[in-house]
Amino acid sequence: MAGGDGRRSRVRGRKSWVVVLIWLSMAALAQAQTAPAPRYTVVLDAAHGGADTGGHSGAWLEKDLTLALSVRLRSLLAARGIAVVTTRENDTDVDHVHRDELANHANAQACISLHASLSGTGVHLFTSSLAPAQPARFQPWLTAQAPWINRSLALAGVLNSALQHAGLGVTLGRTALPVVDSMACPAVAVELSPEGSASAPSNRSPVDSLNDADYQARVAEALAAAIVEWRSQSAGAGQP
Amino acid sequence: MIPRYQTVLFVVLLAASVAMTVLLWRQLDSAHQRMLEGQSSAPTQAPQVAPAEPATLMVASDADGSLQPRVLSLPLPSLEANPGARARAILGRLLDLYAAPDSAHPVPGGAASVEQVFLLPEPANDPSPESANDRGSQNGPELAVVNLSGSFAANHPSGIETETLTVLSICATLRANLPRIASVRFLVDGQQLDTLAGHADLTRTYLTSQAVPAEGVAP
Repeated sequence: MAGGDGRRSRVRGRKSWVVVLIWLSMAALAQAQTAPAPRYTVVLDAAHGGADTGGHSGAWLEKDLTLALSVRLRSLLAARGIAVVTTRENDTDVDHVHRDELANHANAQACISLHASLSGTGVHLFTSSLAPAQPARFQPWLTAQAPWINRSLALAGVLNSALQHAGLGVTLGRTALPVVDSMACPAVAVELSPEGSASAPSNRSPVDSLNDADYQARVAEALAAAIVEWRSQSAGAGQP
Repeated sequence: MIPRYQTVLFVVLLAASVAMTVLLWRQLDSAHQRMLEGQSSAPTQAPQVAPAEPATLMVASDADGSLQPRVLSLPLPSLEANPGARARAILGRLLDLYAAPDSAHPVPGGAASVEQVFLLPEPANDPSPESANDRGSQNGPELAVVNLSGSFAANHPSGIETETLTVLSICATLRANLPRIASVRFLVDGQQLDTLAGHADLTRTYLTSQAVPAEGVAP
């Protein structure tokens, strides 16, 4: 009797261990499913839209070009495994507060505000002109970009290198742009202007230059390459 | 046969119509004259009798996004007597350069686009008595309020670079010629406007010290 009881208790003990192991493995599996690896997210803000046409000249509208560039760049980034959040997908007027809300909720590693202009030449890269500030628990909405200024300048540097590598003229600057000033992420405003490089045809009008699909494709490819480079440089750096 | 009283009535009405037409025409003309006199009473042009003085204009270039100093000799109102008119005359000359056909930063409008420049003591950020004394003195820092015309904003080319260069060149030119101006705010037709032409923020106060670039470098 005593030997039978001992065997039964050993079998019950083994069963308990098996149950505990199964429970632990299932808990580990559930943990792995609920905490996925952090996504690398980029926000693309196609400026203007709807009644807000932005710059215009005849039939050319800035809002159309920014949307086309956003769609093109989104495809290129998605193909490289980067999650993309866009502030608009069609011709709708989105106010800049809502754009910033989208960008700030996305917890993005890069925010690119896309613009176009018939003035100047090449690609203009603008970062916020706010003075750099220390990160704080509560950041004022109008100056949310301040703690990110140094990272935004670094992102502008990476974009500058990639665009120049693609043979495109680049101008760097600082500006007071409300949509960028309220973004809590490394943020750069990219303004596409008529091509001014030596390879560009000199007799082309500014509108024709901006509408050139090849020019837009080269800019989008360079921006996508820069963001991939930025991802490799800033892996794990999610704070200002 | 038309009755006599109807003929008389017709003539009286006709005479009244002609008289009213003449009266209205004269009133319209005099109202137009009054409006023109009201506009010309503001000093849109620097007085030619004043001696010419050197003024440094920070001229923008769209090609490289830079501000470059250009020294011109201009007849200007006295700095002591009317610094606001002096600032307005200098900014008017700057915008005349931008309105010229060969401008490197083309912006239509010219000198008439600057309606007024008001100079005010800088608002207090430092409540200490020494700071208050400085602000109250003749040499304290000043805030310039530049009132631009609505047509200037409406016709300004749209774009981050071009709008930013216009704003910064105005700030840098004011600093170069009236160093006491520490900050600048912009109005359009006397009202605050969100942006100049869809991009550059006009709701904020610009510090002139941040508008002046290094030699030949984009701001």
